Amino acid sequence: MSRIQTIFTALKHQGKTALIPYITAGDPHPKHTVSLMHTLVKHGADMIELGVPFSDPMADGPVIQRASERALMHKVGLTAVLDMVKTFRETNQTTPIILMGYANPIEAIGATAFADRAKAADVDGVITVDYPPEECGDFVQQLRSRDIDPVFLLSPTTDQKRVDLIVNQASGFVYYVSLKGVTGAANLDITEVSQRVASIRTQTNLPVGVGFGIRDAATAKATAAIADAVVVGSRMVQTIEASNDENLLINVATLMDELKAAVDAAK
Amino acid sequence: MQLYDMPDASGHFGQFGGTFVAETLVEALEELRVMYEKYRHDPVFLAEYAYDLKHFVGRPSPIYHAKRLSDKVGGAQIYLKREDLNHTGAHKINNTIGQALLAKRMGKPRVIAETGAGQHGVATATIAARLGLECVVYMGSEDVKRQAPNVFRMKLLGATVVPVESGSKTLKDALNEAMRDWVTNVHNTFYIIGTVAGPHPYPMMVRDFQAVIGIEAKEQMMEMAGRQPDVVMACVGGGSNAMGIFYPYIDVPNVRLIGVEAAGLGMDTGKHAAPLTANSPIGVLHGNRTYLMQDADGNIIETHSVSAGLDYPGVGPEHAWLKDIKRAEYVAITDDEAMAAFHNLCRTEGIIPALETSHALAYAEKLAKTMSKDQIILVNLSGRGDKDINTVAKLANITL
Repeated sequence: MSRIQTIFTALKHQGKTALIPYITAGDPHPKHTVSLMHTLVKHGADMIELGVPFSDPMADGPVIQRASERALMHKVGLTAVLDMVKTFRETNQTTPIILMGYANPIEAIGATAFADRAKAADVDGVITVDYPPEECGDFVQQLRSRDIDPVFLLSPTTDQKRVDLIVNQASGFVYYVSLKGVTGAANLDITEVSQRVASIRTQTNLPVGVGFGIRDAATAKATAAIADAVVVGSRMVQTIEASNDENLLINVATLMDELKAAVDAAK
Repeated sequence: MQLYDMPDASGHFGQFGGTFVAETLVEALEELRVMYEKYRHDPVFLAEYAYDLKHFVGRPSPIYHAKRLSDKVGGAQIYLKREDLNHTGAHKINNTIGQALLAKRMGKPRVIAETGAGQHGVATATIAARLGLECVVYMGSEDVKRQAPNVFRMKLLGATVVPVESGSKTLKDALNEAMRDWVTNVHNTFYIIGTVAGPHPYPMMVRDFQAVIGIEAKEQMMEMAGRQPDVVMACVGGGSNAMGIFYPYIDVPNVRLIGVEAAGLGMDTGKHAAPLTANSPIGVLHGNRTYLMQDADGNIIETHSVSAGLDYPGVGPEHAWLKDIKRAEYVAITDDEAMAAFHNLCRTEGIIPALETSHALAYAEKLAKTMSKDQIILVNLSGRGDKDINTVAKLANITL
């Protein structure tokens, strides 16, 4: 069983929802990333989504675009991100790390070589925003044969037939994008999300994570009541953006404590 | 009978092309694919398209034998397909009309577009005005500065121009921003992509709408010269004017197809926009797999060209395919060579070409010298250079 599956199974027994914060690797500076990851874990992260900076983040709103730009100013690419995961693993062998990014950095290395290197760094899951299942059959095989979970996004526009197609390729969990648009966009409609998540559950036994539009304790709590995992991205990155070297870890810890309390109070 | 039959049903040209997009856009692209399949052979749709090309654009565009230029260069006869004479001044309008008519049929009241030099933006704003559609054009803030007259033209036509401040602030970033708009507003918005790139079905659809260039040229060459040219040549940024003139010639034997990329300050300087000539690695950007200028981490690197319309790090996937199967050849021309050809055509033939097109003209001059006087090179004169006079004046240190 993969680390991701182990965590979801354990949380299910406890009747809890996973909290998954997102940060962009290398933001605001590569020297902070590993300590940020440990801080996230210490303050309630069940897993971490680690963004791989990319020059052309087409599915991201301005907040995460700026995070990518800050990281790229320090030349943080996929190789550097894998090195950060390795360093993190020196003192943490239990928290799943899910890389999130775009296809081209993976293509530049090659699907097989990337899967080898991700395994060597002890990565647990990979989300590739612009790899729909139709275009990445080989890549998915390469990941799964190394026990790395390919995690796919489902959107409000994904019909039932495609949900079937996607859940057949996915493992670990599926990630429901709770609204149309880019990351960090408008507020979510919890009733609609609730109906969609219920519908997805009729088609798969995989845990369902929900993200996009979760920006505070209230939305985190509402989402946690219906999902197996709550993903918080833009809000986390905004907090990082508004911090300086001195208060960065404190501010992130404070936000995590709020979110964790809200998620734990949901069920 | 067309033997060449690409792309395949899922939009692949061999290993190139495809649909590499976020899940939110998959349904919209499928809807577009189904609608385009429905209308691409529909006589009523095609008649409406043909009517607008004739009465609104002024097609067919003539072919012109550039005799003085041919004599001056010495060698092959140079013929020009005059897309510069189209309404709005370039080939871009052929495609925007096709897509806008499709948007109407799909009941989408709002169209968006990306633009580099501004020609595609102007062509989109033009047809949006004509059809009464809301129009938003994304343009890199660097290009907004470089192409002020076109920005004003779009505004006159009622479009909203949104300067894009992210990334390198040029064409690729405008495309990113248009994609973001589309993801958010997919229910009421049609994205009119201006080149043969993007996810399937765009590379095929834009090619089909631009193919009118080559279809006309094949007929006109028979009338004018009694035969087809030895070489068909066009500039390549994303590659829409080149695909438009190449496509009907792919099955014609013994016609060489040559695409001319932007070598910028020189191929060895790295400051260029010529992924095919540079043998750039294959990658995924803007929804398709193609040759891409990128660093070792797979991040897209900044391109350089004197012409904003060629300033793009990738190339349409069908060009990547035509290169690999060796049906088309790709070469590159520097900023300086293009400028020389620009002035040459102005002075010799009384035609001010676009800086993009000047790249094709420069290579035509080079190649013509190596050919005999009874051979023919047909150059797609993709646009006129009025939009470029500020750039040209600045290079010559002239204040207008």
